[in-house]
Amino acid sequence: MSNRPFAHLDALESESIHIMREVAAECANPVLLFSGGKDSIVLLRLAEKAFRPCRFPFPLMHIDTEHNFPEVIEFRDHRAKELGERLIVRSMEDSIKKGRVILRSETQSRNAFQSVTLLDAIAEFKFDACIGGARRDEEKARAKERIFSFRDEFGQWDPKNQRPELWDLYNTRTHSGENIRVFPISNWTELDVWEYILRENLEVPSIYFAHEREVIRRDSGLLPVSRLVQPDVDERSEKLTVRFRTVGDMSCTCPVASNAATVEAIIAETAMTRITERGATRMDDQTSDASMELRKKEGYF
Amino acid sequence: MSAIEKIPLEQTELLRFITAGSVDDGKSTLIGRLLHDSKSIFEDQLSSITSTTRKRGMEGVDLSLLTDGLQAEREQGITIDVAYRYFATPKRKFIIADTPGHEQYTRNMVTGASTANLAVILIDARKGVLTQSRRHAYLASLVGIPHLVVAVNKMDLVDYSQSVFDGICRDFSAFAERLNLHHVDFIPISALNGDMVVERGDRLNWYKGTTLMDLLENISISHDVNKEDFRFPVQWVCRPHTEKLHDFRGYMGRIESGAIQVGDAITVLPSGLNSRVKEIVLYEGTVAQAEAPQSVTLTIEDHLDISRGDVMVKTGDLPQVSKAFDAMLCWLSEQPLDPARKYLIKHTTRVVKAVVNRIDYRVDVNTMNQESSDKLTMNDIAHVNIKVQQPLVCDDYQRNRATGCFIVIDESSNNTVGAGMICTPV
Repeated sequence: MSNRPFAHLDALESESIHIMREVAAECANPVLLFSGGKDSIVLLRLAEKAFRPCRFPFPLMHIDTEHNFPEVIEFRDHRAKELGERLIVRSMEDSIKKGRVILRSETQSRNAFQSVTLLDAIAEFKFDACIGGARRDEEKARAKERIFSFRDEFGQWDPKNQRPELWDLYNTRTHSGENIRVFPISNWTELDVWEYILRENLEVPSIYFAHEREVIRRDSGLLPVSRLVQPDVDERSEKLTVRFRTVGDMSCTCPVASNAATVEAIIAETAMTRITERGATRMDDQTSDASMELRKKEGYF
Repeated sequence: MSAIEKIPLEQTELLRFITAGSVDDGKSTLIGRLLHDSKSIFEDQLSSITSTTRKRGMEGVDLSLLTDGLQAEREQGITIDVAYRYFATPKRKFIIADTPGHEQYTRNMVTGASTANLAVILIDARKGVLTQSRRHAYLASLVGIPHLVVAVNKMDLVDYSQSVFDGICRDFSAFAERLNLHHVDFIPISALNGDMVVERGDRLNWYKGTTLMDLLENISISHDVNKEDFRFPVQWVCRPHTEKLHDFRGYMGRIESGAIQVGDAITVLPSGLNSRVKEIVLYEGTVAQAEAPQSVTLTIEDHLDISRGDVMVKTGDLPQVSKAFDAMLCWLSEQPLDPARKYLIKHTTRVVKAVVNRIDYRVDVNTMNQESSDKLTMNDIAHVNIKVQQPLVCDDYQRNRATGCFIVIDESSNNTVGAGMICTPV
């Protein structure tokens, strides 16, 4: 027998596959949240590895703010079709029409309000488990969250009252109306995700790679000009070579200046980078030191 | 065809470790130091903690703030739960389970320790081996952590004295003899100044051993998983029912220990039926052999009735199949154990009803003394006998972590209320 060390990507992959299979075996009606972003792209490959040659034992679902980058939505539909799996899309526009979400303005960030549409969709389909692509290295509230994370009937996370999670023995039991969020790539870092995308030769939306884009310098970051973001009177837009490190709502997802045009170049850049993924790219996380913790308590992913 | 041989990337090993010590031992400072000196701290994190340090009326950068997590904790200045941290060096990737060391948090340490390859126990050089150091060492041995490192911190406050360090090593070793510890290393450090953490510094020249980082990067962990006994709990049965694969029946799961080759004779437990491995299927294709901890799909030569919860093993290397067993049980819930009640036990991929038959003794984690007890409350650890409704396919925990561990679930609250380690099946 070999004494070859079990390499970190293999170890992470095997752990994630094990988690996915536990969800499928023990939960009655799971769903995989697929946004078209890099983390959920990795989830889909892990699901293929966990369940092929069978079909996935769950559908895919996207909560669409309708403020998403068109390239990402196009990619989302193309990837779901390629896999031959069922994709459910629930739009925040519907929540707004129903009066479930009330926005101050058309261009306001919709990120935090996704929770409402998500919770409505969970109720509509009676999902008992949502598989998501969150990672613990992203943010300090995530660092304390379990792989199987419980939400009460209101979708709320109680950080002080989490079930102990020991070994690889996951307790998946819920009362009716309760819900689990499962994060199979909890232990992956941003770099691991990109290394895996390279190793598995996974396709990602074009906006992850360096491209020319019209942006505005605002606060300490860059904002992409779009129908939602226009320069203020004292601002002017400029064309820069940028890429996105995360894909989210167009109104609050900032690109970074970069020439990385290949996955290899992104890996080199990620290994060197000196700013966290969310710090660089998410205005909604910079509003306070506890933004994510507060949103999660309200039912966020 | 093997997926593993095609990987173009430089692959590094993954080491999971736990840090045990109280706030006063400088645990947060040590973790901050490891992250900082391995250049794993990002600029925005550093600027955030720099401003918090200033807000609190202090100067410089308080590295311990890096591991502060939730708002609730920051307000109260405490750590309430296990947090996971990630960093990497060119040699290895690391996952730290950062657990608080207060008296009432046995449950958190057991949780963090359950997946760890290594434990770093911090001792304050001024205080020496305290009750809590003994407790941490005992818990590390109970949970079967293969490697233990005693980091004697705050050497700067004892003038980097070799005799202080030697005294602590002697005290700890004398006590550790009573424990089932495989390997203990001692390192004098100053997390505050960085001596012997990542850099050697020039104030501990009498110490000839490695730095903490050096040890973390180089300690051999390839034998941490049991490589002898093939154990494959079935997680999920794959039956695609497609035209091409209408007879395909794949048993999906993770190899928890040992290795398997195509053609090997296997026994399915608890039924005891025998067959041979026909194929080892990965997403990329089939392979001739696989080993722990790979997740794979197995097909076998014969048509047997196998479902989730069954365990495949190599014929001739059988685990215990038992409806009663002794175990060390750590109680995790505020609600005490009720010996009159039925609980659920999750062991490998099987969930069964169980009762605690008998509490033999409770262990005082501070003195390691055994005391008789007829109840178990939160953070208690006891030697118990458990009866289960259906047989479990299990090994002694100290021989095989994956098939020796279980959790106890309260059926009415659905909470995880206990964590157990099987001693000798009876």
